[in-house]
Amino acid sequence: MNILVCITHVPDTTTKIKFVDGKELDKNGVQFVIGPYDDYALARAVELKESLGAKVTVLNVGKQETEPTIRKALAIGADEAIRIDAEPSDAIFVAHQIAHIAKQNSYDLILMGRESSDYNGGLVHGMVGEMLGWPSVSPCMKLDLEGTNAKMQKEIEGGKELLEATLPLVAGCQEPIAEWKIPNMRGIMSARTKPLNVVEAISVEGAISYNSFDLPPERSSCKFFEVDQVDDLVNALKEEAKVL
Amino acid sequence: MSVLVFIETNEGEIKSSSLEAVCYAKSINENVVAIMAGEASSKELDILGKYGVTKVFYNESEALANDSQGLAEFIFSGVEKEGADLIIIARSSLADSIAPKLAIKAKASIATNVVDLPSSQSPLTVKRGVFTGKAFATVSLPEGRKVLTLAKNAVGLKESPSSCSSEKLGFSEVASPKVKRLSVEKATGSILLPEADKVVSAGRGLKGPENWEMIEELANTLGAATACSKPVSDMEWRPHHEHVGQTGIKVSPSLYIAIGISGAIQHLAGVNSSKTIVVINKDAEAPFFKSADYGIVGDAFEVVPKLTEAIKRVV
Ligand SMILES: Cc1cc2nc3c(=O)[nH]c(=O)nc-3n(C[C@H](O)[C@H](O)[C@H](O)COP(=O)(O)OP(=O)(O)OC[C@H]3O[C@@H](n4cnc5c(N)ncnc54)[C@H](O)[C@@H]3O)c2cc1C
Ligand SMILES: Nc1ncnc2c1ncn2[C@@H]1O[C@H](COP(=O)(O)O)[C@@H](O)[C@H]1O
Repeated sequence: MNILVCITHVPDTTTKIKFVDGKELDKNGVQFVIGPYDDYALARAVELKESLGAKVTVLNVGKQETEPTIRKALAIGADEAIRIDAEPSDAIFVAHQIAHIAKQNSYDLILMGRESSDYNGGLVHGMVGEMLGWPSVSPCMKLDLEGTNAKMQKEIEGGKELLEATLPLVAGCQEPIAEWKIPNMRGIMSARTKPLNVVEAISVEGAISYNSFDLPPERSSCKFFEVDQVDDLVNALKEEAKVL
Repeated sequence: MSVLVFIETNEGEIKSSSLEAVCYAKSINENVVAIMAGEASSKELDILGKYGVTKVFYNESEALANDSQGLAEFIFSGVEKEGADLIIIARSSLADSIAPKLAIKAKASIATNVVDLPSSQSPLTVKRGVFTGKAFATVSLPEGRKVLTLAKNAVGLKESPSSCSSEKLGFSEVASPKVKRLSVEKATGSILLPEADKVVSAGRGLKGPENWEMIEELANTLGAATACSKPVSDMEWRPHHEHVGQTGIKVSPSLYIAIGISGAIQHLAGVNSSKTIVVINKDAEAPFFKSADYGIVGDAFEVVPKLTEAIKRVV
């Protein structure tokens, strides 16, 4: 079985986001990691490899700066990697790159994160599925394979659905699909020699453009009430905030 | 030009977020056409007409109701029939599955999680949430067909009455959908968290699942949905779909009450676009107070029942 895992290279979740002149992310002092949802996708792929036997390829659309993140995915247990050499600023652009690679290979399963934690489109999995004519399911909380039959649990508002589809398919993963894996020493050593192929991007039209970034407005300051002043709080919610 | 809005229902009622999408469309264009899976009876026509929809495409086929693939195809047939060049969908778990499929099918550009009305029509320029709610980006969509998905409360509801007609739209029922739905578990009768106008959320400070009764009572009193922090759903005190934050649901209600939640950056990311935030925490140093509008430093077990009583006195 061949599994493709698509990973992003994003600021660590504890990062306080800042921008340079409102135009681009201030990368100063920012630690970059595998996207938290992509980490679940990768962990599930490695589990499937361990239980069923599979070759796991990781793919990232990004410039050279993403290579340490890709190496980390190799250390966690992927067998080889592909980096498509381009800035990944739009979901349609990224989806075309991934679909292009998928068409040249015979993957049975493409695992992604439910959404990237930078641009948060939540789009690439559904787009790649559509481009390949495969089913796609996201957010996927459970994925079990029996031959070419996949049973999945998808989160919906207020509950979950149990779904079934036939491989090949695309899934956007989230917890608790697998336990995150931490690379061990042997993994880190072997990752250095695993193949990381760099390929050129194909050109794509119709991308959206990012003009500027800004931060949420700061809350002025917190008005405190004593424990026995709940009536005053309720009054403030009613008269001042006008939310009751 | 016309704008097509996808209408979603829950337990037979049109979702308020779908009506927000109608109002959003109306502010861009006079001619707003809707499309829905399900029946467009006089009840639906009345409410859609009230917010300015002039025509609704519908199909009551059961097969369509929860199938994102089928719905993407169905909406696309509405796009072609109407010659719409802008499609607006309120975010939901169903919408999030439909949108990417529809964008590819319709060869449209797409911006998801839009939080505000467009700042320009040409090129269409909108603000969307990025970096898990820690920031916003202003993006422009290229010429041609476009899809927008809206965050809750991106625009307020505003009536704009017109008469609404209905037209049944056929779709080719796919003999066997690619993804089969075997079963569904869904809470009924409760307010859906992503739809909620008010949210009462509690964290590890509540000590255990047995203490959620007072949280539910406060929520019921307010007509709010309940939510929780991640450790609470990790420990299975509450269901996973209630957890808000970076890795959970992102909410933007008019009122968010956080009880016994410390206010970690990953939690704040999912809630900081709430209009008003109230924090109840026994630790005056809890970081959440820095992001709150109103706060009470105190023991949740003492404050919450008092607050519920105080609200009962005024609503
Ligand atoms: C990659 C990643 C993603 C994450 N994503 C999320 C996410 O999406 N959502 C999320 O919530 N977290 C997320 N987290 C976890 C986050 O970092 C925090 O650990 C979590 O939010 C803390 O939950 P809490 O506030 O309920 O618990 P705690 O941090 O333990 O805080 C409990 C609070 O309750 C107060 N308290 C205790 N007793 C009482 C009482 N009797 N009355 C009143 N107050 C009391 C305490 O003072 C304290 O402030 C994520 C973490 C990582 C690493
Ligand atoms: N630049 C990228 N390289 C590889 N995979 C990506 C990239 N961007 C997004 N993806 C994948 O698509 C998922 C959804 O991303 P998005 O649509 O941007 O929210 C991510 O969790 C990744 O698995």
